[in-house]
Amino acid sequence: MFLENSSKEYDVIIIGGGITGAATARDCALRGLKTLLVERGDLCDGASGRNHGLLHSGARYAVTDPEGARECISENRILRRIASSCIDPTGGLFITLPEDSLEYQEKFIKACRDCGIDAEAITPEEALRLEPAVNPRLIGAVKVPDASVDPFRLVDANILDAVRHGADVIKFRAVTGFLKENGDVRGIVLGGSSIRARQVVIAAGIWSAHLAELGGAHIDMMPSKGSLLIFGHRLTRMVINRCRKPGNADILVPGDVVSVLGTTSDKVPFEDCEDIRATGDEVSLLLQEGINLVPELSTTRIIRAYAGVRPLVVADKAASGRNVSRGIVLLDHELRDGIKGLITITGGKLTTCRLMAEMATDLVCEKLGLKIPCTTAEKRLPGSKVRKSGKDPVHKRAAVGRHGSEADIMDFNAKGAGEIICECEQVTRAEIEYSVKNLGVRSISDLRRHTRVGMGTCQGSFCISRVAKVLAEVLGTPDKADELVKDYLQERWKGMSPVLWGDTLREAEYMHKVHRK
Amino acid sequence: MQEKSISTANLEQCLKCNLCTLVCPMLAVNEQYPGPKKAGPDGERYRIKDPEYYDYALKYCLNCKRCEVACPSGVKIGDMIQTARIKYGSQSKIRGLHGLRDWTLASTDFVGGMTASPIAPVANAVLKTGVAKAVLHGTLGVDRHRTFPAYSSEKFENWFRKEALEAQAGFEKKVSFFHGCYANYNYPQLGKDFVKVVNAAGYGVELLEREKCCGIALMSNGFAAKAAKQGRINLESIRKAAGPVLTVSSSCTHMMREEYPEVLGLPNEDVKDRIMLLSRWLYPRLESGEVKLNFRKDFHMKVAYHTSCHMQRMGWQEFTLGILRKIPGLELTVLEPYCCGISGTFGFKKENYGYSQKIGELLFSEIREAKAKAGDSAPFVVATECETCKWQIEMSTGITVMNPVSIIAQALDSE
Repeated sequence: MFLENSSKEYDVIIIGGGITGAATARDCALRGLKTLLVERGDLCDGASGRNHGLLHSGARYAVTDPEGARECISENRILRRIASSCIDPTGGLFITLPEDSLEYQEKFIKACRDCGIDAEAITPEEALRLEPAVNPRLIGAVKVPDASVDPFRLVDANILDAVRHGADVIKFRAVTGFLKENGDVRGIVLGGSSIRARQVVIAAGIWSAHLAELGGAHIDMMPSKGSLLIFGHRLTRMVINRCRKPGNADILVPGDVVSVLGTTSDKVPFEDCEDIRATGDEVSLLLQEGINLVPELSTTRIIRAYAGVRPLVVADKAASGRNVSRGIVLLDHELRDGIKGLITITGGKLTTCRLMAEMATDLVCEKLGLKIPCTTAEKRLPGSKVRKSGKDPVHKRAAVGRHGSEADIMDFNAKGAGEIICECEQVTRAEIEYSVKNLGVRSISDLRRHTRVGMGTCQGSFCISRVAKVLAEVLGTPDKADELVKDYLQERWKGMSPVLWGDTLREAEYMHKVHRK
Repeated sequence: MQEKSISTANLEQCLKCNLCTLVCPMLAVNEQYPGPKKAGPDGERYRIKDPEYYDYALKYCLNCKRCEVACPSGVKIGDMIQTARIKYGSQSKIRGLHGLRDWTLASTDFVGGMTASPIAPVANAVLKTGVAKAVLHGTLGVDRHRTFPAYSSEKFENWFRKEALEAQAGFEKKVSFFHGCYANYNYPQLGKDFVKVVNAAGYGVELLEREKCCGIALMSNGFAAKAAKQGRINLESIRKAAGPVLTVSSSCTHMMREEYPEVLGLPNEDVKDRIMLLSRWLYPRLESGEVKLNFRKDFHMKVAYHTSCHMQRMGWQEFTLGILRKIPGLELTVLEPYCCGISGTFGFKKENYGYSQKIGELLFSEIREAKAKAGDSAPFVVATECETCKWQIEMSTGITVMNPVSIIAQALDSE
């Protein structure tokens, strides 16, 4: 359950409410461990909520990192099954433009097949028939089993499953230190209080370096910033990639009702990670490259720009600092640094989150002297139960689209429950009530991550006061609605300011007129 | 940064200001209808993701285009809704009795072509009987309050060829006439009035090589492919005609100018500017002095002008009003531009009758007031360019409704 604090003693505490932490908490809880997850902000607040939402087939890595590619395709198949409600099986297309080479395409197809990834070359005509929006100059195309995954829902589903298997979650509390006995970790310190556990797992993305430092270990990490753009609607049905060595802005993902273009890749100092935002130069670069994939991007409204930080780890034994791995990094600090009770799991990809959790949980069990098999690859996540589709009432369809079978436990029968509160994203009161009850929502930004409230075209201009009123009521603090709105609009402004022209500028002007006081 | 500062995708231009929501007449009386913003740009984002999100309540859209008039961002909301209905909610074949009804209501050429003949008096008499109405209500679902417009025993086209064609040769300058179904099958007098006015203006009248129903009823009832087929024939004929192609019905005109390209995907840029209502063509010519009309000195009529929804969308009411104001003895009142509620064939369906009448009530009460104020010193009529508004207002208020063209024709001094 969601707690403010806890006096229990746990088998394992996981630090970080991103996808790695959430999946690890789920695995630990499914194996029967007494589990606590601690997150300093809201779930999905870091890189897990600031990425492409791409379920890799592994094709992108097949040429350069076959091992990573194999992990991807294997996890891709597992997640399609266990997390079906979070995944839109769009398929992916790697297009070759005249400035790229068909030789690379040949090499690419071979590399994919070597890794067990279905890669089928199709003619440019066939590609244009499947995807009329792709650059008509293309000279080759390859179909691969990429898909679109909703990272917010994937984190939520893991957390829900963990909680339903007895795990506790504390949000909005930062770990300020570790309980240490004889140099070994015995728990965590949360400001004034502490919580004991037999093992602590750091799963905090780029912030893992800082936490390890608090625990007395050093991890050489490199924050790598990736910026992305959100376009107003779906321009393609499939994920579109450029068939060349991975570069800037060469992936367009149809995520939920929008299109996401990314990314850039730049080393940034650790100080920047706290308030990471896309810059004007990055927006220009993304657009310049993006229009080569899909020319229509040059005339489609950009809703916002955002950035996340990849938690890259400089390989432990490498002589040069340039050798950075995007692969999974599991650190046994007992073995590595002589600190018992501390493990770090980082690196990796959204696609490999379940595998990372399995690896970390295996190590936790080993440390606890337990032999319990992992079942996360077989058991379906909440929301992904098989349900009859097609006959849902209109006001419930968007909720089903987002939450799958979880929508069936939302109370749509109560008075006003089916009323649409956020119109762009068709979020109903029932969905808001569900999120507060099941996911510990406190602010509109939290609510946004769990429901898409305010993520649509108007970015909350029109509906946000209504959302605030409903949320304040559900939270039992009806007089706090104004505060909720203010915080939220500041946050939206951050994403709109780098793309202020055209329709987004008009929207910002409208937002200002509606909400000035 | 981006090539154009304004998105080409029309749904992206919506700022979610909800002005359209405020003006939607259907939303005001029917909470099942999501309203133009939700049905249009909001819904479109979700339909692009997955057609499963199509909401069958979009059938309640009257296609009045008031949302488009209100939109400060130029979003073609009504067109977007029509297009979605065609793409996701279309009838590919006639299903059940209601499907048969929709087809019958939509197939104006077929039904009109059969009925506007010597059998018309019989058909009209039968359709007027209580028995026929009860049967239509109970089986096909045509509301029992409605009466089908009476069919003429002779089509306008036949009259024109027999009685008027020869005289047209005497005019040096010509205009083409798209008469529409109502003038052809139901009320040829409207076509005759058109010829009279155009001739009085010094122009001859020609018919198009081929004219089909504009297709608006087919489109609204989900038979888009058939509508497009007819549209292509009409555009082809219009391309062959040299000068202006004038009309008497606001709905046909709006359909051919705006909905052919936007909803049916029939490009018409090359001819669009030539398709217009008679008043749109005539008024500037009266103003410039190129055309002079002589009006009777003894003409007396009190006219309340109703701006039909499609007239409002085209913004041409001032051209008609300008002409009416020039007629001596005509006292003009301009009604608030409320929707009458019938929306073509929509109001004929028994499941929609209640909504139609609720929507129209604002207009009906204003008309009743105008009539009470007008007194009995001269005949009182309502004027409008839309024939289905005419049927609705006549049925709901009992007051005569005339096309402005007929009023102009009556006021002409033909000596």
